[in-house]
Amino acid sequence: MPDTVIEAKGVGLTFQTGDGPVHALKGVDLVIEKGDFVSFIGPSGCGKTTFLRCMAALETPTEGSLTVNGMSAEAARQARAYGYVFQAAGLYPWRTIGGNIRLPLEIMGFSKQEQAERVERVLELVDLKGFGKKYPWQLSGGMQQRASIARALAFDADILLMDEPFGALDEIVRDHLNEQLLALWARTEKTIAFVTHSIPEAVYLSTKIVVMSPRPGRIADVIESPLPRERPLDIRDSPEFIAVAHRVRDGLRAGHSYDD
Amino acid sequence: MKSFAPVLVVVGVIVALWYAAAVGMNAQWERDQAARAGSEIGWAEIVPKAMHQERPVLPAPHQVVAEFWKLTWGEEVAGRRGIVQSGSLSNRGLVLHAWVTLSATMLGFVIGSGFGILLAVGIVHNRAMDASVMPWAIASQTIPIVAIAPMIIVVLNSVGVAGLVPKAIIAAYLSFFPVVVGMVKGLRSPDGMQLDLLRTYNASAAQGLWKLRLPASMPYLFASLKVGVAASFVGTIVAELPLGGAGLGTRLLAGSYYGQTIQIWATLVVASLLAAGMVGVVGLVQSRVLARMGMAA
Repeated sequence: MPDTVIEAKGVGLTFQTGDGPVHALKGVDLVIEKGDFVSFIGPSGCGKTTFLRCMAALETPTEGSLTVNGMSAEAARQARAYGYVFQAAGLYPWRTIGGNIRLPLEIMGFSKQEQAERVERVLELVDLKGFGKKYPWQLSGGMQQRASIARALAFDADILLMDEPFGALDEIVRDHLNEQLLALWARTEKTIAFVTHSIPEAVYLSTKIVVMSPRPGRIADVIESPLPRERPLDIRDSPEFIAVAHRVRDGLRAGHSYDD
Repeated sequence: MKSFAPVLVVVGVIVALWYAAAVGMNAQWERDQAARAGSEIGWAEIVPKAMHQERPVLPAPHQVVAEFWKLTWGEEVAGRRGIVQSGSLSNRGLVLHAWVTLSATMLGFVIGSGFGILLAVGIVHNRAMDASVMPWAIASQTIPIVAIAPMIIVVLNSVGVAGLVPKAIIAAYLSFFPVVVGMVKGLRSPDGMQLDLLRTYNASAAQGLWKLRLPASMPYLFASLKVGVAASFVGTIVAELPLGGAGLGTRLLAGSYYGQTIQIWATLVVASLLAAGMVGVVGLVQSRVLARMGMAA
Protein backbone atom coordinates (compact mmCIF):
# COMPACT_ATOMS: atom_id res chain seq x y z
CA MET A 1 0.00 0.00 0.00
CA PRO A 2 1.68 3.21 -1.18
CA ASP A 3 1.72 6.31 1.01
CA THR A 4 -1.04 8.82 0.53
CA VAL A 5 0.37 12.29 -0.10
CA ILE A 6 -2.73 14.33 -0.79
CA GLU A 7 -6.23 13.42 0.28
CA ALA A 8 -9.29 15.52 -0.50
CA LYS A 9 -12.72 14.66 0.93
CA GLY A 10 -15.70 16.66 -0.21
CA VAL A 11 -13.61 19.74 -0.85
CA GLY A 12 -15.62 22.78 -1.88
CA LEU A 13 -14.78 26.44 -2.30
CA THR A 14 -17.31 29.22 -2.68
CA PHE A 15 -16.26 32.77 -3.41
CA GLN A 16 -18.60 35.50 -2.21
CA THR A 17 -18.83 38.10 -4.95
CA GLY A 18 -21.00 41.11 -5.63
CA ASP A 19 -23.17 38.99 -7.96
CA GLY A 20 -23.74 36.33 -5.32
CA PRO A 21 -21.74 33.22 -4.43
CA VAL A 22 -19.58 31.52 -7.06
CA HIS A 23 -19.01 27.79 -6.58
CA ALA A 24 -15.44 27.36 -7.78
CA LEU A 25 -15.23 23.80 -6.42
CA LYS A 26 -17.83 21.35 -5.16
CA GLY A 27 -17.55 17.89 -3.67
CA VAL A 28 -14.02 17.08 -4.82
CA ASP A 29 -12.79 13.67 -3.60
CA LEU A 30 -9.31 12.64 -4.63
CA VAL A 31 -6.33 10.67 -3.38
CA ILE A 32 -2.82 11.25 -4.71
CA GLU A 33 -0.24 8.60 -3.85
CA LYS A 34 3.46 9.12 -3.44
CA GLY A 35 5.23 9.16 -6.80
CA ASP A 36 2.07 9.82 -8.79
CA PHE A 37 2.02 12.19 -11.72
CA VAL A 38 -1.52 13.58 -11.66
CA SER A 39 -2.82 15.89 -14.35
CA PHE A 40 -5.87 18.08 -13.93
CA ILE A 41 -7.58 18.85 -17.20
CA GLY A 42 -10.72 20.75 -18.06
CA PRO A 43 -12.00 23.93 -19.66
CA SER A 44 -11.44 27.38 -18.18
CA GLY A 45 -13.40 27.92 -15.00
CA CYS A 46 -13.53 24.23 -14.04
CA GLY A 47 -11.58 24.92 -10.85
CA LYS A 48 -8.42 22.99 -11.72
CA THR A 49 -6.12 25.87 -10.83
CA THR A 50 -8.25 26.66 -7.78
CA PHE A 51 -7.87 23.10 -6.55
CA LEU A 52 -4.11 23.26 -7.05
CA ARG A 53 -4.04 26.52 -5.10
CA CYS A 54 -6.04 24.82 -2.32
CA MET A 55 -3.37 22.11 -2.10
CA ALA A 56 -0.78 24.86 -1.87
CA ALA A 57 -2.84 26.66 0.81
CA LEU A 58 -2.95 29.75 -1.39
CA GLU A 59 -6.75 29.36 -1.18
CA THR A 60 -8.69 27.92 1.72
CA PRO A 61 -11.54 25.50 0.97
CA THR A 62 -14.86 26.47 2.51
CA GLU A 63 -16.04 22.86 2.82
CA GLY A 64 -14.59 19.40 3.24
CA SER A 65 -11.15 18.33 4.36
CA LEU A 66 -7.84 18.47 2.51
CA THR A 67 -4.66 16.96 3.87
CA VAL A 68 -1.15 17.21 2.44
CA ASN A 69 1.47 14.82 3.83
CA GLY A 70 -1.03 13.91 6.55
CA MET A 71 -1.39 17.48 7.81
CA SER A 72 -3.56 20.42 6.87
CA ALA A 73 -2.60 22.22 3.67
CA GLU A 74 -1.70 25.32 5.68
CA ALA A 75 0.62 23.35 7.95
CA ALA A 76 2.16 21.71 4.89
CA ARG A 77 2.80 25.12 3.36
CA GLN A 78 4.49 26.28 6.54
CA ALA A 79 6.56 23.09 6.50
CA ARG A 80 7.54 23.93 2.90
CA ALA A 81 6.22 20.61 1.69
CA TYR A 82 5.88 21.56 -1.97
CA GLY A 83 7.44 23.53 -4.79
CA TYR A 84 5.05 25.53 -6.93
CA VAL A 85 5.53 26.38 -10.60
CA PHE A 86 3.31 29.16 -11.94
CA GLN A 87 1.96 29.81 -15.43
CA ALA A 88 4.64 32.45 -16.01
CA ALA A 89 8.23 31.88 -14.97
CA GLY A 90 8.08 34.96 -12.72
CA LEU A 91 11.85 35.19 -12.33
CA TYR A 92 13.09 38.34 -10.60
CA PRO A 93 14.65 40.48 -13.34
CA TRP A 94 17.24 41.87 -10.90
CA ARG A 95 18.59 38.43 -10.02
CA THR A 96 20.60 36.12 -12.22
CA ILE A 97 19.22 32.66 -12.96
CA GLY A 98 21.40 31.32 -10.14
CA GLY A 99 20.21 34.14 -7.89
CA ASN A 100 16.60 33.31 -8.65
CA ILE A 101 17.10 29.65 -7.79
CA ARG A 102 18.88 30.75 -4.61
CA LEU A 103 15.87 32.85 -3.54
CA PRO A 104 13.94 30.06 -1.75
CA LEU A 105 17.21 28.74 -0.30
CA GLU A 106 18.04 32.16 1.18
CA ILE A 107 14.56 32.45 2.61
CA MET A 108 14.76 28.98 4.13
CA GLY A 109 18.17 29.70 5.63
CA PHE A 110 20.44 27.26 3.83
CA SER A 111 24.16 27.87 4.27
CA LYS A 112 26.01 29.72 1.51
CA GLN A 113 27.92 26.62 0.53
CA GLU A 114 24.83 24.46 0.39
CA GLN A 115 23.03 27.13 -1.64
CA ALA A 116 25.78 27.05 -4.25
CA GLU A 117 25.78 23.23 -4.38
CA ARG A 118 22.02 23.03 -4.76
CA VAL A 119 21.90 25.70 -7.45
CA GLU A 120 24.48 23.75 -9.47
CA ARG A 121 22.60 20.49 -8.97
CA VAL A 122 19.16 21.74 -10.04
CA LEU A 123 20.59 23.71 -12.96
CA GLU A 124 21.97 20.45 -14.23
CA LEU A 125 18.68 18.72 -13.54
CA VAL A 126 16.78 21.11 -15.85
CA ASP A 127 19.59 21.15 -18.41
CA LEU A 128 20.63 24.75 -17.78
CA LYS A 129 24.17 24.08 -16.66
CA GLY A 130 26.35 27.15 -17.24
CA PHE A 131 23.44 29.59 -17.34
CA GLY A 132 23.59 30.48 -13.63
CA LYS A 133 25.19 33.86 -14.21
CA LYS A 134 22.82 34.96 -16.98
CA TYR A 135 19.94 37.32 -16.37
CA PRO A 136 16.38 36.15 -17.16
CA TRP A 137 16.01 38.47 -20.16
CA GLN A 138 18.98 36.74 -21.77
CA LEU A 139 17.08 33.42 -21.86
CA SER A 140 14.23 32.20 -24.07
CA GLY A 141 10.76 31.64 -22.64
CA GLY A 142 11.27 27.88 -22.43
CA MET A 143 14.59 28.28 -20.64
CA GLN A 144 13.04 30.74 -18.20
CA GLN A 145 10.28 28.26 -17.41
CA ARG A 146 12.91 25.55 -16.84
CA ALA A 147 14.73 27.91 -14.49
CA SER A 148 11.49 28.40 -12.57
CA ILE A 149 11.14 24.60 -12.29
CA ALA A 150 14.70 24.45 -11.00
CA ARG A 151 13.75 27.10 -8.44
CA ALA A 152 10.83 24.93 -7.27
CA LEU A 153 13.11 21.87 -7.05
CA ALA A 154 15.97 23.57 -5.24
CA PHE A 155 14.76 23.00 -1.70
CA ASP A 156 13.89 19.34 -2.23
CA ALA A 157 10.20 19.36 -1.47
CA ASP A 158 8.63 15.96 -2.23
CA ILE A 159 5.64 17.50 -3.98
CA LEU A 160 5.72 19.58 -7.14
CA LEU A 161 2.60 21.60 -7.96
CA MET A 162 2.58 22.92 -11.52
CA ASP A 163 -0.03 25.31 -12.85
CA GLU A 164 -0.02 25.19 -16.66
CA PRO A 165 3.74 25.71 -16.66
CA PHE A 166 4.08 25.23 -20.42
CA GLY A 167 0.83 26.95 -21.43
CA ALA A 168 2.54 30.01 -22.86
CA LEU A 169 5.12 28.09 -24.92
CA ASP A 170 4.94 26.89 -28.49
CA GLU A 171 4.28 23.24 -29.23
CA ILE A 172 7.82 22.26 -30.22
CA VAL A 173 9.30 23.66 -27.01
CA ARG A 174 6.42 22.17 -25.07
CA ASP A 175 7.07 18.65 -26.43
CA HIS A 176 10.70 18.98 -25.51
CA LEU A 177 9.94 20.19 -22.00
CA ASN A 178 7.34 17.44 -21.50
CA GLU A 179 10.00 14.86 -22.29
CA GLN A 180 12.45 16.52 -19.93
CA LEU A 181 9.84 16.76 -17.20
CA LEU A 182 9.19 13.01 -17.41
CA ALA A 183 12.93 12.31 -17.17
CA LEU A 184 13.18 14.64 -14.21
CA TRP A 185 10.21 13.00 -12.50
CA ALA A 186 11.80 9.58 -13.00
CA ARG A 187 15.09 10.79 -11.51
CA THR A 188 13.69 12.66 -8.53
CA GLU A 189 10.67 10.44 -7.72
CA LYS A 190 8.58 13.46 -6.80
CA THR A 191 4.83 13.53 -6.56
CA ILE A 192 3.60 15.91 -9.23
CA ALA A 193 0.23 17.62 -9.63
CA PHE A 194 0.01 19.24 -13.03
CA VAL A 195 -2.71 21.54 -14.38
CA THR A 196 -3.13 21.71 -18.15
CA HIS A 197 -5.75 22.17 -20.81
CA SER A 198 -3.93 20.12 -23.41
CA ILE A 199 -5.24 16.57 -23.79
CA PRO A 200 -2.03 15.12 -25.36
CA GLU A 201 0.08 16.75 -22.65
CA ALA A 202 -2.10 15.30 -19.89
CA VAL A 203 -2.12 11.81 -21.39
CA TYR A 204 1.58 11.81 -22.21
CA LEU A 205 2.71 12.88 -18.76
CA SER A 206 0.33 11.37 -16.26
CA THR A 207 -0.13 8.21 -14.28
CA LYS A 208 -3.53 9.58 -13.32
CA ILE A 209 -5.70 12.04 -15.22
CA VAL A 210 -8.38 14.01 -13.40
CA VAL A 211 -10.98 15.38 -15.81
CA MET A 212 -12.86 18.34 -14.39
CA SER A 213 -15.95 20.23 -15.47
CA PRO A 214 -17.22 23.71 -14.63
CA ARG A 215 -20.15 25.35 -12.84
CA PRO A 216 -19.60 24.19 -10.19
CA GLY A 217 -16.01 22.99 -10.55
CA ARG A 218 -16.05 19.24 -9.92
CA ILE A 219 -14.36 16.01 -10.93
CA ALA A 220 -16.02 14.37 -13.97
CA ASP A 221 -13.70 11.39 -14.34
CA VAL A 222 -10.48 9.96 -12.92
CA ILE A 223 -8.46 7.87 -15.36
CA GLU A 224 -5.61 5.60 -14.25
CA SER A 225 -3.25 5.55 -17.20
CA PRO A 226 -2.34 2.10 -18.55
CA LEU A 227 0.79 3.50 -20.22
CA PRO A 228 4.19 2.39 -18.90
CA ARG A 229 6.27 4.86 -16.89
CA GLU A 230 8.95 4.83 -19.57
CA ARG A 231 7.47 6.95 -22.37
CA PRO A 232 9.22 7.94 -25.58
CA LEU A 233 7.53 10.78 -27.50
CA ASP A 234 6.21 8.41 -30.19
CA ILE A 235 4.11 6.57 -27.64
CA ARG A 236 1.59 9.20 -28.61
CA ASP A 237 0.84 7.29 -31.79
CA SER A 238 0.12 4.03 -29.95
CA PRO A 239 -3.45 2.68 -29.69
CA GLU A 240 -3.30 2.76 -25.86
CA PHE A 241 -2.44 6.46 -25.91
CA ILE A 242 -5.24 7.22 -28.34
CA ALA A 243 -7.71 5.23 -26.26
CA VAL A 244 -6.84 7.20 -23.11
CA ALA A 245 -7.03 10.49 -25.00
CA HIS A 246 -10.41 9.44 -26.29
CA ARG A 247 -11.66 8.72 -22.80
CA VAL A 248 -10.43 12.10 -21.60
CA ARG A 249 -12.29 13.77 -24.46
CA ASP A 250 -15.43 11.81 -23.56
CA GLY A 251 -15.07 12.90 -19.96
CA LEU A 252 -14.80 16.52 -20.98
CA ARG A 253 -17.86 16.15 -23.19
CA ALA A 254 -19.85 14.43 -20.43
CA GLY A 255 -19.10 17.42 -18.22
CA HIS A 256 -21.09 19.52 -20.72
CA SER A 257 -18.02 21.64 -21.10
CA TYR A 258 -18.58 22.02 -24.83
CA ASP A 259 -22.18 23.24 -24.46
CA ASP A 260 -21.26 26.86 -24.68
CA MET B 1 27.65 66.28 -33.95
CA LYS B 2 24.21 65.68 -35.41
CA SER B 3 22.57 65.69 -32.01
CA PHE B 4 24.29 68.96 -31.06
CA ALA B 5 22.75 70.96 -33.89
CA PRO B 6 19.15 70.98 -32.59
CA VAL B 7 20.35 71.81 -29.08
CA LEU B 8 22.40 74.73 -30.37
CA VAL B 9 19.48 75.99 -32.44
CA VAL B 10 17.18 75.97 -29.40
CA VAL B 11 19.78 77.74 -27.25
CA GLY B 12 20.31 80.31 -30.02
CA VAL B 13 16.60 80.99 -30.27
CA ILE B 14 16.29 81.40 -26.50
CA VAL B 15 19.24 83.81 -26.35
CA ALA B 16 17.85 85.83 -29.26
CA LEU B 17 14.43 86.04 -27.61
CA TRP B 18 16.10 87.03 -24.36
CA TYR B 19 17.99 89.89 -26.02
CA ALA B 20 14.82 91.05 -27.74
CA ALA B 21 12.90 90.96 -24.48
CA ALA B 22 15.71 92.75 -22.62
CA VAL B 23 15.77 95.57 -25.16
CA GLY B 24 11.96 95.82 -25.16
CA MET B 25 11.67 95.92 -21.38
CA ASN B 26 14.58 98.24 -20.74
CA ALA B 27 13.73 100.71 -23.53
CA GLN B 28 11.20 102.67 -21.48
CA TRP B 29 13.83 103.67 -18.94
CA GLU B 30 16.10 105.03 -21.67
CA ARG B 31 13.18 107.02 -23.13
CA ASP B 32 12.34 108.41 -19.69
CA GLN B 33 15.95 109.44 -19.20
CA ALA B 34 16.00 111.16 -22.57
CA ALA B 35 12.69 112.93 -21.88
CA ARG B 36 14.03 114.19 -18.55
CA ALA B 37 17.04 115.61 -20.37
CA GLY B 38 14.66 117.29 -22.80
CA SER B 39 15.63 115.24 -25.84
CA GLU B 40 14.32 112.26 -27.79
CA ILE B 41 16.19 109.14 -28.74
CA GLY B 42 15.57 106.63 -31.50
CA TRP B 43 15.93 102.83 -31.48
CA ALA B 44 19.45 103.06 -32.88
CA GLU B 45 20.56 104.59 -29.60
CA ILE B 46 18.16 102.72 -27.34
CA VAL B 47 19.26 99.21 -28.36
CA PRO B 48 22.94 99.37 -27.29
CA LYS B 49 22.08 101.36 -24.15
CA ALA B 50 19.28 98.97 -23.13
CA MET B 51 21.76 96.12 -23.19
CA HIS B 52 24.19 97.76 -20.83
CA GLN B 53 22.10 99.27 -18.05
CA GLU B 54 23.29 99.10 -14.51
CA ARG B 55 19.91 98.11 -13.08
CA PRO B 56 17.90 96.78 -15.99
CA VAL B 57 14.38 95.38 -15.68
CA LEU B 58 15.71 92.36 -17.52
CA PRO B 59 19.49 92.01 -17.80
CA ALA B 60 20.90 90.92 -21.14
CA PRO B 61 22.51 87.44 -21.23
CA HIS B 62 26.06 88.75 -21.51
CA GLN B 63 25.53 90.90 -18.40
CA VAL B 64 24.35 87.84 -16.45
CA VAL B 65 27.30 85.78 -17.66
CA ALA B 66 29.76 88.55 -16.76
CA GLU B 67 28.22 88.94 -13.29
CA PHE B 68 28.25 85.17 -12.79
CA TRP B 69 31.94 85.07 -13.70
CA LYS B 70 32.74 88.06 -11.49
CA LEU B 71 30.95 86.58 -8.48
CA THR B 72 32.51 83.13 -8.83
CA TRP B 73 35.94 83.00 -10.46
CA GLY B 74 36.71 86.70 -10.17
CA GLU B 75 35.73 86.94 -6.52
CA GLU B 76 37.56 83.81 -5.41
CA VAL B 77 40.75 84.08 -7.47
CA ALA B 78 41.34 87.83 -7.75
CA GLY B 79 39.27 89.23 -4.90
CA ARG B 80 40.79 90.28 -1.56
CA ARG B 81 38.32 88.06 0.34
CA GLY B 82 38.54 85.18 -2.11
CA ILE B 83 39.92 81.77 -1.32
CA VAL B 84 43.25 82.46 -3.04
CA GLN B 85 44.14 85.48 -0.95
CA SER B 86 42.27 84.91 2.31
CA GLY B 87 42.15 81.14 2.44
CA SER B 88 38.35 81.04 2.82
CA LEU B 89 35.44 81.49 0.44
CA SER B 90 34.31 85.08 -0.02
CA ASN B 91 30.94 85.97 1.48
CA ARG B 92 30.41 88.34 -1.44
CA GLY B 93 30.86 85.59 -4.03
CA LEU B 94 28.30 82.99 -4.97
CA VAL B 95 30.41 79.91 -4.27
CA LEU B 96 30.04 80.21 -0.49
CA HIS B 97 26.31 80.81 -0.75
CA ALA B 98 25.88 77.97 -3.18
CA TRP B 99 27.77 75.65 -0.81
CA VAL B 100 25.62 76.69 2.17
CA THR B 101 22.44 76.05 0.22
CA LEU B 102 23.75 72.82 -1.24
CA SER B 103 24.71 71.37 2.14
CA ALA B 104 21.30 72.17 3.64
CA THR B 105 19.64 70.71 0.54
CA MET B 106 21.61 67.49 0.77
CA LEU B 107 20.91 67.04 4.47
CA GLY B 108 17.22 67.79 3.92
CA PHE B 109 17.11 65.43 0.97
CA VAL B 110 18.63 62.60 2.97
CA ILE B 111 16.26 63.18 5.90
CA GLY B 112 13.26 63.60 3.60
CA SER B 113 13.87 60.56 1.43
CA GLY B 114 14.75 58.39 4.42
CA PHE B 115 11.55 59.46 6.17
CA GLY B 116 9.58 58.99 2.94
CA ILE B 117 10.87 55.45 2.45
CA LEU B 118 10.09 54.54 6.07
CA LEU B 119 6.58 55.97 5.77
CA ALA B 120 6.00 54.05 2.53
CA VAL B 121 7.16 50.78 4.13
CA GLY B 122 4.77 51.45 7.02
CA ILE B 123 1.90 52.27 4.68
CA VAL B 124 2.39 49.09 2.66
CA HIS B 125 2.69 46.82 5.71
CA ASN B 126 0.23 48.33 8.12
CA ARG B 127 -3.46 48.72 7.38
CA ALA B 128 -3.95 51.47 9.95
CA MET B 129 -1.07 53.49 8.51
CA ASP B 130 -2.37 52.88 5.01
CA ALA B 131 -5.70 54.44 5.94
CA SER B 132 -4.38 57.25 8.10
CA VAL B 133 -1.01 58.53 6.87
CA MET B 134 -1.70 59.45 3.25
CA PRO B 135 -4.34 62.14 3.94
CA TRP B 136 -1.92 63.86 6.33
CA ALA B 137 0.93 63.63 3.88
CA ILE B 138 -1.25 65.20 1.19
CA ALA B 139 -2.52 67.87 3.60
CA SER B 140 1.07 68.73 4.52
CA GLN B 141 1.79 69.55 0.89
CA THR B 142 -1.26 71.78 0.45
CA ILE B 143 0.08 74.30 2.97
CA PRO B 144 2.10 76.97 1.13
CA ILE B 145 5.71 76.44 2.11
CA VAL B 146 6.38 80.20 2.29
CA ALA B 147 3.73 80.38 5.01
CA ILE B 148 4.95 77.52 7.13
CA ALA B 149 8.73 77.88 6.68
CA PRO B 150 9.17 80.96 8.91
CA MET B 151 7.06 79.33 11.63
CA ILE B 152 9.12 76.15 11.61
CA ILE B 153 12.28 78.21 11.82
CA VAL B 154 10.94 80.30 14.72
CA VAL B 155 9.76 77.21 16.61
CA LEU B 156 13.06 75.41 16.10
CA ASN B 157 15.03 78.50 17.07
CA SER B 158 13.09 78.75 20.32
CA VAL B 159 14.15 75.21 21.24
CA GLY B 160 17.73 76.06 20.38
CA VAL B 161 18.02 74.48 16.93
CA ALA B 162 19.55 76.92 14.48
CA GLY B 163 21.83 77.01 11.47
CA LEU B 164 21.74 74.21 8.93
CA VAL B 165 19.13 71.98 10.56
CA PRO B 166 16.00 74.17 10.33
CA LYS B 167 16.64 74.72 6.62
CA ALA B 168 17.22 71.01 6.12
CA ILE B 169 13.96 70.21 7.89
CA ILE B 170 12.01 72.46 5.55
CA ALA B 171 13.80 70.88 2.62
CA ALA B 172 12.87 67.46 4.01
CA TYR B 173 9.28 68.64 4.47
CA LEU B 174 9.02 69.21 0.72
CA SER B 175 11.05 66.23 -0.46
CA PHE B 176 9.50 63.39 1.56
CA PHE B 177 6.19 63.57 -0.27
CA PRO B 178 7.21 62.51 -3.79
CA VAL B 179 9.28 59.73 -2.22
CA VAL B 180 6.31 58.43 -0.20
CA VAL B 181 4.02 58.44 -3.23
CA GLY B 182 6.60 56.80 -5.50
CA MET B 183 7.72 54.21 -2.97
CA VAL B 184 4.17 53.14 -2.03
CA LYS B 185 3.55 52.55 -5.71
CA GLY B 186 6.92 50.80 -6.08
CA LEU B 187 6.56 48.57 -3.03
CA ARG B 188 3.13 47.51 -4.31
CA SER B 189 4.39 46.87 -7.84
CA PRO B 190 5.05 43.09 -7.43
CA ASP B 191 2.05 41.21 -8.84
CA GLY B 192 -0.07 38.57 -7.15
CA MET B 193 1.97 35.73 -8.60
CA GLN B 194 5.24 37.04 -7.17
CA LEU B 195 3.62 37.48 -3.76
CA ASP B 196 2.10 33.98 -3.98
CA LEU B 197 5.53 32.58 -4.79
CA LEU B 198 6.88 33.97 -1.52
CA ARG B 199 3.88 32.51 0.30
CA THR B 200 4.74 29.08 -1.05
CA TYR B 201 8.18 29.53 0.57
CA ASN B 202 6.46 30.60 3.80
CA ALA B 203 8.58 33.77 3.68
CA SER B 204 8.18 36.37 6.42
CA ALA B 205 7.00 39.91 5.72
CA ALA B 206 10.54 41.18 6.30
CA GLN B 207 11.92 38.72 3.74
CA GLY B 208 9.24 39.82 1.30
CA LEU B 209 10.28 43.42 1.84
CA TRP B 210 14.02 42.85 1.39
CA LYS B 211 13.95 40.26 -1.36
CA LEU B 212 10.97 41.34 -3.43
CA ARG B 213 9.34 44.68 -2.61
CA LEU B 214 12.44 46.85 -2.18
CA PRO B 215 14.30 45.64 -5.28
CA ALA B 216 11.09 45.88 -7.31
CA SER B 217 10.57 49.47 -6.16
CA MET B 218 13.99 50.76 -7.28
CA PRO B 219 12.90 52.31 -10.61
CA TYR B 220 10.04 54.06 -8.79
CA LEU B 221 12.37 55.22 -6.04
CA PHE B 222 14.76 56.92 -8.42
CA ALA B 223 11.98 58.66 -10.31
CA SER B 224 10.75 60.06 -6.99
CA LEU B 225 14.24 60.97 -5.82
CA LYS B 226 14.70 63.18 -8.86
CA VAL B 227 11.54 65.09 -7.99
CA GLY B 228 12.49 65.00 -4.31
CA VAL B 229 15.94 66.51 -4.73
CA ALA B 230 14.54 69.40 -6.75
CA ALA B 231 11.80 69.95 -4.14
CA SER B 232 14.41 69.83 -1.40
CA PHE B 233 16.39 72.56 -3.15
CA VAL B 234 13.33 74.80 -3.48
CA GLY B 235 12.56 74.22 0.19
CA THR B 236 16.05 75.25 1.24
CA ILE B 237 15.94 78.47 -0.77
CA VAL B 238 12.53 79.35 0.63
CA ALA B 239 13.79 78.60 4.14
CA GLU B 240 16.75 80.94 3.60
CA LEU B 241 14.55 83.91 2.69
CA PRO B 242 13.60 84.83 6.26
CA LEU B 243 16.84 83.58 7.81
CA GLY B 244 19.55 85.96 6.71
CA GLY B 245 23.14 84.83 6.93
CA ALA B 246 24.49 82.93 3.97
CA GLY B 247 22.74 81.03 1.22
CA LEU B 248 21.35 81.56 -2.27
CA GLY B 249 17.90 82.40 -0.87
CA THR B 250 19.37 85.19 1.23
CA ARG B 251 21.26 86.48 -1.79
CA LEU B 252 18.10 86.49 -3.91
CA LEU B 253 16.22 88.44 -1.25
CA ALA B 254 19.08 90.93 -0.79
CA GLY B 255 19.29 91.38 -4.56
CA SER B 256 15.61 92.22 -4.80
CA TYR B 257 15.81 94.63 -1.81
CA TYR B 258 18.51 96.65 -3.51
CA GLY B 259 17.25 96.29 -7.07
CA GLN B 260 20.34 94.33 -8.13
CA THR B 261 18.65 92.53 -10.98
CA ILE B 262 21.87 91.37 -12.59
CA GLN B 263 22.97 89.83 -9.31
CA ILE B 264 19.59 88.11 -8.91
CA TRP B 265 19.90 86.60 -12.36
CA ALA B 266 23.46 85.47 -11.75
CA THR B 267 22.25 83.82 -8.54
CA LEU B 268 19.43 82.15 -10.44
CA VAL B 269 21.96 80.79 -12.91
CA VAL B 270 23.95 79.27 -10.04
CA ALA B 271 20.75 77.85 -8.54
CA SER B 272 19.67 76.22 -11.77
CA LEU B 273 23.13 74.78 -12.39
CA LEU B 274 23.11 73.29 -8.88
CA ALA B 275 19.62 71.84 -9.33
CA ALA B 276 20.48 70.36 -12.72
CA GLY B 277 23.69 68.95 -11.24
CA MET B 278 21.87 67.26 -8.36
CA VAL B 279 19.19 65.75 -10.59
CA GLY B 280 22.01 64.64 -12.88
CA VAL B 281 23.82 62.92 -10.02
CA VAL B 282 20.64 61.09 -8.99
CA GLY B 283 20.20 60.02 -12.61
CA LEU B 284 23.79 58.76 -12.71
CA VAL B 285 23.33 56.76 -9.51
CA GLN B 286 20.09 55.41 -10.96
CA SER B 287 21.66 54.11 -14.14
CA ARG B 288 24.55 52.58 -12.15
CA VAL B 289 22.27 50.85 -9.65
CA LEU B 290 19.78 49.60 -12.23
CA ALA B 291 22.59 48.37 -14.48
CA ARG B 292 24.08 46.48 -11.55
CA MET B 293 20.67 44.98 -10.87
CA GLY B 294 20.42 43.83 -14.47
CA MET B 295 17.55 46.24 -15.12
CA ALA B 296 19.11 48.65 -17.57
CA ALA B 297 16.88 51.71 -17.58
